[in-house]
Amino acid sequence: MSILDCTAVELSEKIKSGECTAVEAMEAVFERIGEKEEAYHCYITADKDAALKRAGEVQKRIEAGELAGPLAGVPVAVKDNICTKGILTSCASKMLMNFVPPYSAAAVENLERAGAVLIGKANMDEFAMGSTTETSYYGATKNPADPGHVPGGSSGGSAAAVALSECFMALGSDTGGSIRQPASYCGVVGLKPTYGMVSRYGLIAYASSLDQIGPLTKNVADAAYLLEAVSSYDEKDSTSVKEADRDFTSALAEDVRGMRIGVPRDYFGEGLDADVKEAVLAAAGKFKEAGAVVEEFDLGMVEYAVPAYYTIATAEASSNLERFDGIKYGYRTKDFEGLHNMYKKTRSEGFGAEVKRRIMLGSFVLSSGYYDAYYLKALRTKALIKKAFDEAFAKYDLILGPVAPSTAPRLGESLSDPLKMYLGDIYTIAVNLAGLPGISVPCGKDKNGLPIGLQLIGDCFAEKKLIRAAYTYEKLTTAELK
Amino acid sequence: MANVIDDATIEYVGILAKLELSDEEREAAKKDMGRMLDYIDQLNELDTSGVEPMSHVLSVRNVFREDVVTNGDGREDTLSNAPEQKEDMFMVPKTFE
Repeated sequence: MSILDCTAVELSEKIKSGECTAVEAMEAVFERIGEKEEAYHCYITADKDAALKRAGEVQKRIEAGELAGPLAGVPVAVKDNICTKGILTSCASKMLMNFVPPYSAAAVENLERAGAVLIGKANMDEFAMGSTTETSYYGATKNPADPGHVPGGSSGGSAAAVALSECFMALGSDTGGSIRQPASYCGVVGLKPTYGMVSRYGLIAYASSLDQIGPLTKNVADAAYLLEAVSSYDEKDSTSVKEADRDFTSALAEDVRGMRIGVPRDYFGEGLDADVKEAVLAAAGKFKEAGAVVEEFDLGMVEYAVPAYYTIATAEASSNLERFDGIKYGYRTKDFEGLHNMYKKTRSEGFGAEVKRRIMLGSFVLSSGYYDAYYLKALRTKALIKKAFDEAFAKYDLILGPVAPSTAPRLGESLSDPLKMYLGDIYTIAVNLAGLPGISVPCGKDKNGLPIGLQLIGDCFAEKKLIRAAYTYEKLTTAELK
Repeated sequence: MANVIDDATIEYVGILAKLELSDEEREAAKKDMGRMLDYIDQLNELDTSGVEPMSHVLSVRNVFREDVVTNGDGREDTLSNAPEQKEDMFMVPKTFE
């Protein structure tokens, strides 16, 4: 068995027991990167010498007994919209092609405190806007199951790196499905925490009211350990949640007896691939066999989540991305006449097509005369979506459904029709609008061998129920899904 | 489609967004935006009268703390990201004559 076959928690145990070192683990990762990176392109930045140096320092601290946590010594990939002090953080954009943050994100500091070792920065859709990782200025990432297909997005580099063992675990961010959907397409586990569970300090903002950092891992246990490591109250993020049960790993128990699971009928209608439907319903059957109470219900509001999201998210994006003006950091156009021309040319040359599309739409829905009709209407819709979930969670512990309507599309098929691409977010996006936690767990493959993900959704702060259910399902099915 | 975005609107949005679109991009933006707004218009099917706009799902309050420097002097690292700098300052184009 290669060291790369270990999960993150297994690897850390081997390192702490002296069976291998953090440096050897990092060397194995870079050997794999050397083999796979040209074909799959998971990373924007991966500096081997710097990573080995970091691993060496951590190894010394493990040997000195200073680091003994469950993730000590484990190489980790971090999505390129999460700031890392002294290391290029580009957001996969030309706009930040030379941005070296003077500070690290709180989540990265937490990782370091846990003794995880940064490998490099994972590829993504530019500014996390996209569902395929094809909008990256640095080129697309390919799906590990079939390089003719996309890995999903926007955390596509993180998901593919986990699937290819180009890392042992990864951080991504999820604004409308950007952790869960690539996890689903790549056959790994992805968890989007409740809004406020992980500090957003140092996460380059796309839509601040929806963005949340979370883990992408080989299995559910790793996801629980990684979330436990990065989740903390942070006074530098005013939306960070103070009083919360963050003891996620205590939920790693095989028991769903009596758990009430609702399966929304409106998640299984038109537009859902037959293979996906079959795999997800089979998963529902597994929960029933294991003693959960599984029943169908009508969630409601499903078709309104995507239009509400693309109003709110683009509005926030248009405001958040105002800061890229060619003055304090990042790209500045070469030739210009005066300040305003410099702003306009810098932004027009620095942003890609999808980012510009969203900034334009967001500026429109916030503009005088349209603000009430579009932006406030979307915020009212959001309140109704939240209410629909509140009613569901009065009856159920968890909601079970697909992550995405289909498996990974072919490269080059999605960007020509943005609206169609946006509709692919239908099952993930409402979770962000309502601030809920959601997890994607592999539940089979389609007829072409592409992975299918099962989504479990919990009420706010119900991560432990999610983890317990996902862990149980994984234990029940690991043998047969291999 | 119901929403027709004219040149004046795209021009105006371009000013708000501080984006300068090429002719080709402008035509694509008119089409894309019209289509998206048509799609978003389905929210009008919903009766939202009496529903308060919800900006955050969890109750968000102002959080206050003492304004204390905890990260030391990061002037050099911060300025090193500037496209142009001079004597510890960000260089900007002339803003008025």
